[in-house]
Parts: sequence; structure tokens; C-alpha cells
Amino acid sequence: MKTDCLLCGVGGQGTVLASKILAFAAMEKGCEVRTSETIGMAQRGGCVVSHVRIKDTPIYSPLVPLHSADILIGFEPAEAVRCLPYLSASGTVIVSKKEIRPITSWNSASEYTGSAMLSYLEKNCTKLIVIDSEKVFKLCGSSRVLNIALLAAAVHSGSFGGINTDDLKHAVKSLVKPQFHELNLSAIDTVIALIGEDNK
Amino acid sequence: MSKRFLMGNEAIALGAIHAGVHFVSGYPGTPSTEILESVAKWNSSGNIYVEWSVNEKAALEVAAGAAYAGASSLVTMKQVGLNVASDPLMSLAYVGIKGSMVIVSADDPGPISSQTEQDTRHFAQFSKLPVFDPSSPEEAYEMIQDAFAYSRKYQTPVLFRPTTRICHGCASIDVNDTPTSSDAPEGFVKDTNRWVIFPRTSYLNHLKIEKRNEELRSILSNYPHNFIEGSGRVGIACGGVSYSYVKEALQDIPQEIKLLKVSTPHPFPEDLALQFMQGTNEILVVEELDPVIEQELTFLCGKHHLPDNIHGKLTHEMPQAGENSTEIVKAGILAFLGIEPMPAESSSDMPPLPVRPPVLCAGCPHRASFYAVKKAMHGKKAVFCGDIGCYTLGNAMPLDMVDTCLCMGADVTIAQGLHRIEPDAVNFAFIGDSTFFASGITGVVNAVYNQTDIVLVILDNSTTAMTGHQPHPGTGRTMMGNISSAVSAEKILRAIGVSNIKTVDPFDYELAVKTVSEIAEYKGVRAIIFKAPCISVASPQPVFHVDSGTCIQCGKCLRELGCPAIVKEDGKISIEPTLCYGCSLCAQICPTGSIIRRCSHEN
Repeated sequence: MKTDCLLCGVGGQGTVLASKILAFAAMEKGCEVRTSETIGMAQRGGCVVSHVRIKDTPIYSPLVPLHSADILIGFEPAEAVRCLPYLSASGTVIVSKKEIRPITSWNSASEYTGSAMLSYLEKNCTKLIVIDSEKVFKLCGSSRVLNIALLAAAVHSGSFGGINTDDLKHAVKSLVKPQFHELNLSAIDTVIALIGEDNK
Repeated sequence: MSKRFLMGNEAIALGAIHAGVHFVSGYPGTPSTEILESVAKWNSSGNIYVEWSVNEKAALEVAAGAAYAGASSLVTMKQVGLNVASDPLMSLAYVGIKGSMVIVSADDPGPISSQTEQDTRHFAQFSKLPVFDPSSPEEAYEMIQDAFAYSRKYQTPVLFRPTTRICHGCASIDVNDTPTSSDAPEGFVKDTNRWVIFPRTSYLNHLKIEKRNEELRSILSNYPHNFIEGSGRVGIACGGVSYSYVKEALQDIPQEIKLLKVSTPHPFPEDLALQFMQGTNEILVVEELDPVIEQELTFLCGKHHLPDNIHGKLTHEMPQAGENSTEIVKAGILAFLGIEPMPAESSSDMPPLPVRPPVLCAGCPHRASFYAVKKAMHGKKAVFCGDIGCYTLGNAMPLDMVDTCLCMGADVTIAQGLHRIEPDAVNFAFIGDSTFFASGITGVVNAVYNQTDIVLVILDNSTTAMTGHQPHPGTGRTMMGNISSAVSAEKILRAIGVSNIKTVDPFDYELAVKTVSEIAEYKGVRAIIFKAPCISVASPQPVFHVDSGTCIQCGKCLRELGCPAIVKEDGKISIEPTLCYGCSLCAQICPTGSIIRRCSHEN
């Protein structure tokens, strides 16, 4: 078993905790895990990428090679497009619908729309799951659940093989501060219910 | 043994604890910061002394003192920090230590969060100290313990050089459940010939160091983390994280290749390298930053009249700058082997993507400070010297308020040099509180003594923000959890002889602009202290929203402040409530008063 996963977004969105949770869940299954994080200046609103590599045999590089990610979790549509070259031909993309525009875009002509990014993703990957993050925030009553909601969608898609939603909940309870357990666990159920509705 | 999922920096910290470290000092700097923080986190018994020192020079010296008294000490810093600590480092290499002492200097290929792509392995050669260079977090855990053992055995400080991908990579690591406990340090024993550096003793010590390093070149050839894998007439030599990229790349290249992994680039494991070169004709060297292994192998070819051809950075076959990746390494290996690479999959139809330079957070007090100075100096001749910290991000448009940035503390002194040449300009020096204590004070003394003419602006946000909010002398908190008396920047300035000092809340916009305008008119060394806490240590205030009824869409807030919370949706300006910290700056500059604070219950 081998799962290479990339989590990408904008500094401050919670990718680092999400990759820790994934790694914990995979280790509980007895897998080897290697991750790599963006820490430092880019955390102030720059592009951040977490690499998570899960395997039942030794892993060498801490970075996912190009064209080999089984899952790409985009916390922002344009960042998902930016990291798309990492995705393997059969890989799955989970992406948050809500765009985050850099402040520089207000002073330049380089405005982009989330929908243009999403339609590019649709054309260029075989399996795309778009999460209506604002709807999730509304249902959960907080915008701080994005990372867990996206993880739940990724796990629910079956792309992580051995890791199921119960494993994810266990990892959340083990790594997230107790006062945020209820919020994050409800985010997992909420996003899965939403995906279920979309598929009806 | 048990498995733990650790970040490389945590692995280094745990390895040091398991090696029996007594004393840990350092100065924050990406990618090294979490090492010291992790020791502090796991130091529940309080048996290990942990401190953030005022700068890297102080950190290295206090750790040397502890080691003189027989303790096991660890010092942590980033690579440019070692420049600051290089004065004690070079001399300490001659004096040596009792106990044991490991100096971690984390390199940053890329660079991802640094000013330079300098290579600590060269510093090891320069200072004649052994250096350990781990290729993974697992190796970092094991090798930091080896570094302590070598230090103890040879009574010398030892360098330890992880790179960003080791520091910030996480792995499932086998850790020792029953670490050996260390003996209590013996204490300082007076020995003038040993602890007082003199030309005569340095001459004798120099001879000893050269002899020791020659021995180590042979001994380290048997060090388990230096090894040869496979066989063949072509070879690849590598070290650090590049070893993992080579291993990853070779999975797809079905050719017999002999591999040399170098974990101690200095002293270089000569015997092992000669064994590697025996029977190989062509060797590719894969490493990041400087061609250290490549030069050593090239040197050995000359020394031993070997026919091998060494390929790498010096032959322009591997990139000379930036960090490696599996793709870069694979391309280099394929070219070296003469194998045609697979045609790259094109993604030419990718839509244009937004550029995301890092920016000051919404609600950051630095934005208000820079904006006030910008407004006050509008139309006047002024130069804004910046420094290292979050406030370097004041360079971004639309603020555009950092004209120079060199190294820690240089804002204060660069401004002085600029002013001597162009006395008609107002020269501002922006420095953060932590940087002021680390290396700004001597620059101010220089300015006062030499009667120059600068406006010093201390951006006091009561923390070391960029590296993750470490305490510093001005905060009155220590890493041992103690409350100490906070060192006052203002009192220091007064004691130096700066009498014209104004302390202002940068969020009081009108007063801030007025203060800057007034102080700019004076001569001599004068100072403004902009005091407002970093949003991460302050509690958020009720957020603002735009009254769409009165907003005339002039865009001043959007165009001039560069605040991430101010957005334009469907042609209308609005404030993103999840990002707004309620700092009020935009409301204060809105010409129509259309930016209004929400009542707290609306949050």
C-alpha cells in the first residue's frame, strides 16, 4: 500500500495540523509515514504545501514526486491548480470552493475567479470533489473547520485505502485540543452528509 | 524502542535529551526554532536549563561556559546566526571544552526563509570542527547523540547541520525508551593554560587540532552513517536530504550504481571515499548548497592520482543554487548516465495563477506604523532602512516601506552610512523589539557617539513574531517559565544618550502621523517607539464592516493599506469578518466614515 498526498493552501489555513492528523491515522494502521511542511515566512499568507507520504515499506524522499500524488487536497481553488502537476493520472482532487485572493490582486490586473480554477480542475483530473466550504462553515457555525472538513471528504472518498472516518475521528480526538473536539467531529459528519446529498 | 511521529527538530531535541543534555541555549531562526522549544516542552522535571539567549553569540558563549563546567550543552540557531556566533566559535574551536557541546546550525537551501544560501559545512572546515549532516529525521535523532559522544570523547565542540527538509520533515521514528541518564557536571576547574586563550597555547592547540582531524578522517570512515551501497563502474556521492532524493530517483533507474553517503563532510571520511572511488570511473555528486563533497573527492583524485571524473555543481551538471528535489536529482542522474528523460507532461494550458507574496497579517501593528511614517513623510526625501522580522514584509506593495534589508541590526547602521553621504534625506531605521535587543543597541551607541542624524523606529509588538512568538528580554518571561524584570528599550535609549523619544500607539493614526512629522524635523538621533502587541498575543477586538449605503467605493482602504481582510466582492468593498482583528486603521482613514465597528455580540 502506498498513498502520496499533497495538502496545499494559503498560510494560516491549517494545513500543518491536517497533515499531522493524517499521519497519526496512518501510523495507527502500522504504516510508515513521512511528511514535509512549509514553516516560516510563507505562513504569512504565502503558498503553503504539506507533503504526506504513507507506505507499508520504507519511504525515502520527504517530498511527493511530480505526477505521483494519489490525493491532492486543495484548501483553495487556485492553489489546487498550482499543485496539480503533482497529481498522478488516476489521482483524486478534493478542493474547497472558496477562493482567497491575495491582496496584490486588487492592485493588478491578475484577478482570477474560483470558478475558472474549478473548471480547469474538472477538465484536468479524473476524480474531483468540490466542497462548498461556506456551507460547511454555516452548518458548523465556524470557519475554523476547513482542514478537518476537507480531510473528512478525502477519507470518505476512499482514496486513503485503510483509513476510514472512524480512524479520522480517533486521530482528531488524539491531536486536537478537547474544547474543539465537538466542533471538528461535527464537521466530519456534516461534510459527509453534504457529499451524500450531492450524490443523490 | 517505541515508534513516535516526530518533526526533525523534535527528533534533534529528543536525541539531545536522550544523550543527557544539561543545558540548552539558542536564538530563534527558521528552520531551527522548534529544537529548543521542544526541549522546553519535554522538560517537565525542569532538570534541563533552557534559555532563549539575546542573540547567537550570547547563546554560544553561555553554552561554552556550561561545557567548561563539565555540562553537556546544546546551542541552536539558523545558519546566518552562526555568522553572529562566529567570533566565539573560531576561538572555542582552539580552546575546546570539558563535558560536551553540540552547536546546531540549520541550513536553508532554497532559501525558503533566509537571507543567504550559505553552507555550515564550510563553516566546519573553516573552524576545523567536526560536523554531522543527517539525511532524515530518523538519522537526526541518532546522529545528534553521536555528535555528543564525539564531542565528549575529543573535548571539542561539534557542529550539527540539518537542513530545512530535515528540520520540518516528520517521520515515524524508533526512539529509545530507556535513555541513559547523565552524570552531574563536575564543575569548573581552574586551569589557566586551558581556559585562557593565548597566542602560544593557540599555536600548540592548532597542531593538536590538525592531528586530531587527520585521525578523524580515518576514524569517521568507519562511522555507521557514512557508508557505501551497491557496486558498479559509475558512482553517485551524496549527503544530507539529497541522499533520500537519490534513493527515490534510483527506484526508477534500473542500472547498477555504487553509492557513497557522507554524513560527516568534515573531517571527510577519506578511507571510505577512496574505497568508493576504487573501480569507479565516473562519479556524480549530489548535494545542496556548496560543492563540499565534490571538492573533497576532486581533491582526493589529485592527492592519490586517481583517474575518476567527478561531476556535479563545479561541472555545471547539477544546479548551483536552490534546493534539490527528486525531480532535479533524477534529471541530473539521467543526464549523467546518458539516458534520455521521459518527455515532460505539458501543462501549458494552466490558467494564470495569483502571486502570493507573504504579507503582514490583518490587524498587524506594523502596518499602522509603516502607514503613519509613509503619510508623514509623503513628498519629503527619506530612506527607510528595514531589518529582519515580520516587518521585512513592510516592503510589499502597497506599503512599500522597506528600502534596505541586510542582516540583524543593520537597519540602524546602514541608515547612518546613507546619511553621511546624503545629509539632506531623513534616514529612518526600522527595528523590531527582539532584533533591537539582539543586535540593535550597539548601532545606536555608534550613532550617538558619532553624532549622526537618524530616526530610529522601534516596532515593539512585545514578541519575536516571525519565528513563532518566542519571549525576549523585553517581555519579562523566560523559557524556564520564570518572570524576570522586562528590559526597557526606552530606558536603554535614554542611557545611551537619546533624549528625543516618543512612544506612540500606531493605531492612534492621527497622533502617530503627527509624531512622525514632528520628530522628522529634529536633528540628531531621535526615536519613536510604536508600541502595540502582535495580533497573536493580543485579544481580537470587535470586527469592522463596510456600510454599503455611504461607501463611495473610492478604494482608499484597499489600495493603500494592503490588509488581507479588505476584499472586493462583485465590485464592492467589504471586510472579511473571519480575518479582521478590529484594529480600526481602515476606519480611521476612510474619507466617508463608512467603515464601522460591529457591536461585540454580532461577532
